[in-house]
Amino acid sequence: MSRIPSAFAKGKALIGYVTGGDPRIKESEEYILSLIDAGASLIEIGIPFSDPIAEGPVIQASSLRALSVGTTIEDVFSLVSSLRQRTDIPLVLLTYLNPVLHYGYEAFFARCEQTGVDGIIVPDLPFDEKDEIDSIAKSHTVDVISMIAPTSAQRVAMIAAQATGFIYLVSSLGVTGVRSSISTDIDAIISVIRSITTVPIAVGFGIHTPEQAHAIAQKADGVIVGSGIVKRIAANPDKATQELAGYFKELRIALDA
Amino acid sequence: MKKGRFGDYGGQYIPETLMNELIDLEAAYNAFKQDDAFRSELKTLLDEYAGRPSLLYLAEKMTRDLGGAKVYLKREDLNHTGSHKINNVLGQALLAKKRGKTRVIAETGAGQHGVATATAAALLDLECEVFMGREDTERQALNVYRMELLGAKVHTVTSGTQTLKDAVNETMREWVSRVHDTHYVLGSVMGPHPFPTMVRDFQAVISAEARGQIIEREGKLPTAVLACVGGGSNAMGMFYHFIDDPQVRLIGCEAAGRGISTGEHAATISAGEIGVFHGMKSYFCQDEHGQISPVYSISAGLDYPGIGPEHAYLHDIGRAEYQPVTDEEAVDAFEYLSRTEGIICAIESAHAIAHARKIVPTLDNDDCVIICLSGRGDKDVAAIARYRGRNIDE
Repeated sequence: MSRIPSAFAKGKALIGYVTGGDPRIKESEEYILSLIDAGASLIEIGIPFSDPIAEGPVIQASSLRALSVGTTIEDVFSLVSSLRQRTDIPLVLLTYLNPVLHYGYEAFFARCEQTGVDGIIVPDLPFDEKDEIDSIAKSHTVDVISMIAPTSAQRVAMIAAQATGFIYLVSSLGVTGVRSSISTDIDAIISVIRSITTVPIAVGFGIHTPEQAHAIAQKADGVIVGSGIVKRIAANPDKATQELAGYFKELRIALDA
Repeated sequence: MKKGRFGDYGGQYIPETLMNELIDLEAAYNAFKQDDAFRSELKTLLDEYAGRPSLLYLAEKMTRDLGGAKVYLKREDLNHTGSHKINNVLGQALLAKKRGKTRVIAETGAGQHGVATATAAALLDLECEVFMGREDTERQALNVYRMELLGAKVHTVTSGTQTLKDAVNETMREWVSRVHDTHYVLGSVMGPHPFPTMVRDFQAVISAEARGQIIEREGKLPTAVLACVGGGSNAMGMFYHFIDDPQVRLIGCEAAGRGISTGEHAATISAGEIGVFHGMKSYFCQDEHGQISPVYSISAGLDYPGIGPEHAYLHDIGRAEYQPVTDEEAVDAFEYLSRTEGIICAIESAHAIAHARKIVPTLDNDDCVIICLSGRGDKDVAAIARYRGRNIDE
């Protein structure tokens, strides 16, 4: 049984992203636990990849830092196992397809199930190619999270109809990274999604301030914060715990307001 | 075969943000390729501006020297801008224009594709920005200035290995950020569908001409055709109209750099594994964790960790063969062709010349082969001099 619905059951979901192994697996675990303590509802853990084409400079650099200390998929699974001793909140992996293909789809999703991964986000696997992993993921009770973009237009209904877990609504064009403002009219996209499915909607890409999180939460079921976390880790790789906890508490308050 | 697939290879492994653009591009391409006005406009550009058809040149001295098959060179180096890249670029830029795009972006390795894109953009009044790895901007400084002369803005890419792979990453990131008015002129038979098919169709003019030319000259088909392969666009263009002639060997020559055993190479078929990257399923050089490997070749244009999906398919079904050629062999061939035929070819194309030097002596005098001379070598002269230990000012 997927834990993802629990993230959306009590108010708005606050979703945090951390690259596994940045700066090391040990710190990733500590930082994730501090985000959870501060009110995170779901955690995305990035499997570092050499060429993350959907990421902006902040997460690219984070991926390289994790790889430079030799982080592997296996390390990320160990991280998940270890977190599962301490928390029941949903854990979702964010990865590009190639490392998963190379690991072997069956082996990868079996390991997800074994360690307690609830979902997977694959930025380079659009709806049209999801057959690549969909049935294998399902057989191991892992949700393949659907992404919907500002350019999805007539594709929104098609994608929403088959979505499970939650829908990752991309706030704006471009790659991940903090933005000063979000100009996309997400209301229109959200209303199409709502007419098709009850699967919750979380909005990501660019969101980093409490004000943005509050505004988005008026429309969507959750917000996803990535670069805002990662740049705090980059600024103080060995001792970001307090900073992250303070940051997420502010976001939590803004979401609940 | 599934749409956009060559066997299991190809596909559209790309962020959702780009999907509608790719769908629209495919529809527009399918419509325009059957449109007489578009075809005639493109043909005029290719003939009057790019200088097609390109010559099929009988390399008599090389033939005598190697003592086997007759050697023909398909002279794509004589095209305007100095390489085969212009064939694809004119097609895509014209298509972009017809679709109402006002801006084109492109990646470039050696700079040939960037120069060709900047050229077409100047001619067709499109804004142009080119992404080039820092290492390549240094080894191909002449082409950077050329692009700037043509009015393009050149972005130096400092992420990752700072070569062609990273230039593609950055161009894709740029496209995701600004897709409504911008067309990504992908330079090879790679990336998400429809690029591998569309670029191959635009490059197929090479083999369409060569097939007619060789039959006219020799009254028969060649024993083999050879081309260098990075992403594989000149090779796909050279192979395409011979695929259905099983007696014609199709030989792609990939960059073995300092030798495959050294790990410093870009020989995707020889040393790569199946993967998904840059929008396509194909073969890629990657490590045991599925991370894309840093690759190396003296040739900036072949310094790419992947290969187009149609090549992966032709390899798997045994229709085409892919042979590794080292830096040293390529540099020897570069010098050999200069001295023997008075033709300074691109270091990329020299990989095909190098392999031809191995196989031509083993063939009969009745045989003939065609080597695609994909580009001219002016851009490489300084780098080759350096390779031989001489520093010359460009």
